[in-house]
Parts: sequence; C-alpha cells; structure tokens
Amino acid sequence: MLKITDLVKRYGKGNPVLKNLDLTIEGESVVSIIGSSGAGKSTLLRCINRLVEPTSGSIELNGTELTSLHGRDLRTARRKIGMVFQGFNLVDRLTVMENVQSGRLGYISTWSAVMRRYPKEDIRRAYELMERVGIAHYANKRADELSGGERQRVGVVRALMQNPEILLADEPTASLDPKTSEQIMGLLRDLAGELKLPVLINIHNVTEAKIYTDRIVGMRYGRIIFDDVPDKLDQEAMDQIYSGSPHADRSEDMKEAS
Amino acid sequence: MSQVPDTWRKPPFIANRWLRWAVYLGVVSYVVWVGASLPVNWARVADGIGRAQRIFGGAFPPSFERSGLLIDGFLESLKIALLATAGGVALSIPIAFMAARNIAPLPIYYLGRAIIIIARSFHPVIVAIIFVKAVGFGPFAGVLTLIVYSIGFVAKMLAERIEEIDFGQVEAMRAAGAPYLSTLVYAIFPQIMPRQIGLSIYQLDSNLRASAVVGIVGAGGIGATLANAFGRYDYDFALAITIVIVGAILISEGVSGMIRKRIG
Repeated sequence: MLKITDLVKRYGKGNPVLKNLDLTIEGESVVSIIGSSGAGKSTLLRCINRLVEPTSGSIELNGTELTSLHGRDLRTARRKIGMVFQGFNLVDRLTVMENVQSGRLGYISTWSAVMRRYPKEDIRRAYELMERVGIAHYANKRADELSGGERQRVGVVRALMQNPEILLADEPTASLDPKTSEQIMGLLRDLAGELKLPVLINIHNVTEAKIYTDRIVGMRYGRIIFDDVPDKLDQEAMDQIYSGSPHADRSEDMKEAS
Repeated sequence: MSQVPDTWRKPPFIANRWLRWAVYLGVVSYVVWVGASLPVNWARVADGIGRAQRIFGGAFPPSFERSGLLIDGFLESLKIALLATAGGVALSIPIAFMAARNIAPLPIYYLGRAIIIIARSFHPVIVAIIFVKAVGFGPFAGVLTLIVYSIGFVAKMLAERIEEIDFGQVEAMRAAGAPYLSTLVYAIFPQIMPRQIGLSIYQLDSNLRASAVVGIVGAGGIGATLANAFGRYDYDFALAITIVIVGAILISEGVSGMIRKRIG
C-alpha cells in the first residue's frame, strides 16, 4: 500500500508545485493521474522514488517511510519501486539484455555488474519477462536498433526485473504512436493483474486512462481535485481539471495570499 | 492590411553605434600601432636571409647515411608517445569525472577543474624543461611531460562530454537503486565511450608530434636527435629527420582519422 500524506514540493522560493497532497493506493489497482502540463503529475511520481526531493510530508510504501531515507537505505527502497519513463531512458549503446539486467543493479555487486556476470535466476527471469512482452529475440541487439514500442517494452521489463512492489509510469506512451500506445497501456494493465502489482500512470490521453485503468486521479496545479472510477469522470469534471492554466492558478493563489 | 516594413537588417552585435565605432577604430589603430612599434632590425633580417640560404643549401640533398640513429630516435619517440598516451588517458578518466559539473559534488568539481587548468596552462616545452631538471635528460622526462599534456586535453574534452550526456539514463539507474559505481559503468561509460576512444587516438597522434618538440629541450626521442644534428651543422641529416617526422605524422593522422570515422 502506498500512502502519501500532506506532501509538499516547492522548487526554490516559488509557489509549491505540490500542495498538501494526500493519496492512497491500495491493493493491485491500476491508477492513472491526469492533468494539464505543469499540474505536478511528474513531480508527484518522482517524489515517490525520490528522484525529486519532497519539501515536506510523508510517503509510506508498505510500512516504510520513504522521505527520510538516505544512502544505502534509499537504494534498497528504490529497488522496490519500478519506474517506466516517457523517453524510455534506455542505455542506447548497450544490448537489450544489459538494459534489462540494469534493473537488477541494486541487487548485484558492482563487480558482477561490470563483468556482466548475472545470476542464473536473473537471466531466466529476464528471458521469461522478455518472452512475455515479445522481445526475447532482441536480447543481443543494441537498444537503439529497436522501434519505440519495442524500446518501451524493454523499459517495462527493466522495471519489472526489480521485483517491484509498485510500478510508476511517467507518461509511458507519450512518445509512441496511437496504436503502440494502446498496446503498451494494455500490457501495463495485464502485467499489473498477472504480477499483482499496483501501477501508477501519468497520462495525457484521457480516453486511454478511462479504458485501461481502474481509477482516475485528476490533478490541477498541485492539488487532487478528482479521484474516482473512470465512469464518474464526466465533462464537468474534465473541464475543472483542464480549465485555466498553471499561470492563472498561481495568480489566484497570489490573491489569496495578499 | 496595415502598413508593414519591407526592409530588415540584422541587429548589430554592439547596439550603441558610438561604442560600436569606437571599438572598431580602437582595434584597428592598436593593430597598426603594434605593427609600427615592434622593433624589426631590417639589416639583421637581410643577414639572416643569407644564413637561411646556407642552411637550406646544406640541407639538400637530405642524408639518410646515419639512418640507425634516425630509427633509434624515432622508435624512442614512439615509445614516449605510447607510454604517455596510456598513462595520460588512464589518469584523465577519473579527473574528467571529477571535473564534470553534473555528477561531481562542488568541491570535487573545483579540484578536478584546477588539475585540468594547471595541466593546460603551461606549454609542453616549459613542462619538459622542468621535468628535465627534475628527473634528468632522457625519455622519462618526455613521458612525464606528455602525460601532463595529455591530461590537459583529454580530461577537459572528456569532462565536457560527460556534462552533455543524456541524464535520463542515469536517472533510470538511480530509480532502480543502483549503487554509484554501477551507475557510472552502465549509464555513463557507454555514452562517453566513442568520444573516449576518439580522444585517445587523437592524443596518441598529438603526443607523437609533441614528443619531437620536447626532445629539443632534452626530453629524449627524435627531437633530441634533431637538436644534435642542428648543433653539429648536419643540415642534411636534420632535413632527413624532418622528412621522417612529417611522414610519421601524416601516417598517424591518416590512420587515426580512419579509426575515428569507423567508431563515430
């Protein structure tokens, strides 16, 4: 269970990007976060695995408080949080197998990593997962030889190699064409069910969010203003989420403050 | 339709026109003044032309009689260049990581930059003079000199490459809980490897050239042979050495160009 309480993130001295945000994700649900650019979706996701440092508040994953961790403890916690990126973030010049195994870097020694001496069970699991998403025949290809959809499959497998307790996906389909995008969304939904894994997806495509996820969270400038099943997301709710601009919202806050 | 202009000029580099013309005028008059005020003794220049004629006259035809000496000197230069490149590149990699702003903590970054600036601030000839004093005449001084020279160039260029990497790949490793060194090896090395290889080859090429120069001040190699030949007025031998140096540099230039094209 992921439990976020009173989370605040402020860059520099400006207005906070996340404002006293609360969010709980239980069980193995697939949750999508929608909202216009600048609403703080990405920041929220990155606060969870501490790629972004939260300013205050608490993030708890299955009983572990994540916001206070440092060094080795933080790395151990990050191993349990898989992440899929918009730009895939694969190491282009390495093979698909090396990319997939890089999800295990938190588990194996640096020496084994450098020598590419991966444990047998890791290799077996990599082949199983690559088979599952249909990229096993690319194991020895360089990552930059693959198409966008194939690259994101590598990204998904890399994240799953971590044996994560939760999967974060930061606009995983934004760089893909519509058809591939649907395939990746379907894959994420199916894998979540198969592996009993909660998945948190930032997404711009509301139609896909409605089809592929169990719950939709709508954000507007650092606050959650909608949180319900997809059927409840009507035009009025949509207008509220997407109306205005972050800039306008900021100036409203300025008025409140003065 | 409203009236729109149909002429356009690129905005000048210096907006204020008075300042602009003052700067142009200042630069031109300074250059003229420098040219006029530099002491050139034309009588000596005339003398020198005669001497130059004697040197070139004495240099033709080039003499390969003492080719044993020539080959020894050349092989020594090659050894100096190879050793210095290996040592210089090996030291450059950690220094480059220290001097890359995006991955090094601030104090380490300043230390790395300081090492590079010191290595770059002296011409190899000056470094060679110091090392010849410190460790004596011979190739060892040459190797040390060129190691410093290699660090100044390779570490700087590599640090700049590290600062340009796609940081998303580093982020992906961090998100997976990878320790520091594993992150370097998986997310950064693959990205800088082509540049690293290209720089090493270029530096070998460059060290071979520089080894001839630093030899003149006593740091071994073919440069020492060349200095001796001049010292003994063996201009024909000196020309032979020069031809060999030029030939070797042409060959290494061609080979390194080919290799760099392959890996680019």
